[in-house]
Amino acid sequence: MLDDFFIRALIAGIGVAIVTGPLGCFVVWRRLSYFGDTLAHSALLGVTLAYSMEFNIAFSVFIISSLIALTLIQLQKRTNLPGDALLGLLAHSSLAIGLVVIGFLSFIRFDIMGLLFGDILAVTVDDLLIIWIGGALILLVLKLIWKPLFASTVNYELAEAEGLNPDRAKAVFTILMAAIIAISIKMVGLLLITGMLIIPAAMARNISSSPQKMVMYSIIGGLLSVILGLFSSLEFNTASGPSIIAASLLLFILSLLNIKQSIKLKN
Amino acid sequence: MSSNQNILVKLNRAGFSLNNKWLVKGVSLQVEKGKIVTLIGPNGSGKSTTAKIALGIYKKIDGSVEKYTSKVVYVPQKISIDWTLPLRVNDFMVLTESISNELIDEALSLTGVIHLKDKNLGDLSGGEFQRVLLARAISKKPELLVLDEPVQGVDFTGEIALYELIKKISDELNCGILLISHDLHTVMSATDHVVCLNGHVCCSGSPMDVAKNNEYKALFGEQASQILSRYEHRHDHIHTSEGEIKKN
Repeated sequence: MLDDFFIRALIAGIGVAIVTGPLGCFVVWRRLSYFGDTLAHSALLGVTLAYSMEFNIAFSVFIISSLIALTLIQLQKRTNLPGDALLGLLAHSSLAIGLVVIGFLSFIRFDIMGLLFGDILAVTVDDLLIIWIGGALILLVLKLIWKPLFASTVNYELAEAEGLNPDRAKAVFTILMAAIIAISIKMVGLLLITGMLIIPAAMARNISSSPQKMVMYSIIGGLLSVILGLFSSLEFNTASGPSIIAASLLLFILSLLNIKQSIKLKN
Repeated sequence: MSSNQNILVKLNRAGFSLNNKWLVKGVSLQVEKGKIVTLIGPNGSGKSTTAKIALGIYKKIDGSVEKYTSKVVYVPQKISIDWTLPLRVNDFMVLTESISNELIDEALSLTGVIHLKDKNLGDLSGGEFQRVLLARAISKKPELLVLDEPVQGVDFTGEIALYELIKKISDELNCGILLISHDLHTVMSATDHVVCLNGHVCCSGSPMDVAKNNEYKALFGEQASQILSRYEHRHDHIHTSEGEIKKN
């Protein structure tokens, strides 16, 4: 069964969606969408390094993204530049360096479109293992830091005062962000990973009344997007990443209709 | 003063500066089990800063803080909940610790907001939110409770009831309370120890001692020493940005 590239892509996508659901909620709650973008841009550098050193892509992306995240934290301490300027600086410079390195790697045949927008043909059995084992680890760690992370998302000082160590939770979460980008890059592509994190979570916010429900709907939304997106990708021969994101946008629009209806019902 | 075992938190000449400006400097105080210590002082006098030093939120401080309990609950002056976070009162109650449903209901009933249990926090009024914050504090059964303006936005009758409740919590749980309050009436009637701040400790002692103190009179006006809740702030000295104090 795993010989079929489509089945592999489906299993990979489902694995990714289960993890991006809860992480995406935190990205929305903590206003980290641009931070996610920055890590994703830096992933290109990770991929090129993986090719040039014949290294595992996911692992290399994870290392580079984590380094970028740590650099950001250091820069925030040392300069007074606003956060978005620092993020832009890191995002574009790491993207630029990645592209320059690609220029030097002319001896390797590169599918740059696949890298940017995802390629379901490229998902191997090894990738499945990385996604599912990596994803399970991410979820496990997220569960362990859930309480301090969530409490400090609501109010940092409250969490700090009541002994929950929010700084540690934040640092761990940063690493988890790097990890999810590393495992989902082949499926969604580096330009669209943040969309996979944000859009299902945003859709979920429209229809949820509690944090747990929002996480649940976010996972369901992600799963539906992956299934819908991959089938249409197969049907219309479009890139997998954009198809998945377009499907999630469709769900988001539907969730807006739901809000309008409930407001009408109230009046 | 009671024996050392009762001390929950102790500040030794503690101070905190931000961007080379002292927010508060040289504060020494201690909170003991079953006692209410109140911080008073004009706006910007460092009351909230002192509370945050005691809580360990500010870490790069001058002087030192000794804390002898980990069962701490903090009721901050203000919490704003982002719309993106769908958070009900019930979710907020168990934010930092899981608490049984009975305890939650009991606490919410005590502060009169049990009917709001399934409401979204973003939909509450300021006064309702304060009551939820207090209920959360009660249900956690703390040893040290830090309250920063706990009844702001609460209606007048509710205010009195809530201060009585705070006094009751202190007695029943035998917990120490560090209270920041503007209401001198309450300060004088329910407090064991008053610290009057103005970037530094102006004076401290029992409510009666403080009310008779000349610096207190200078800070809050003559009338305040007759325990009136309306007061004026007259400065007899200037604070430089280095935290020094110059007499007028």
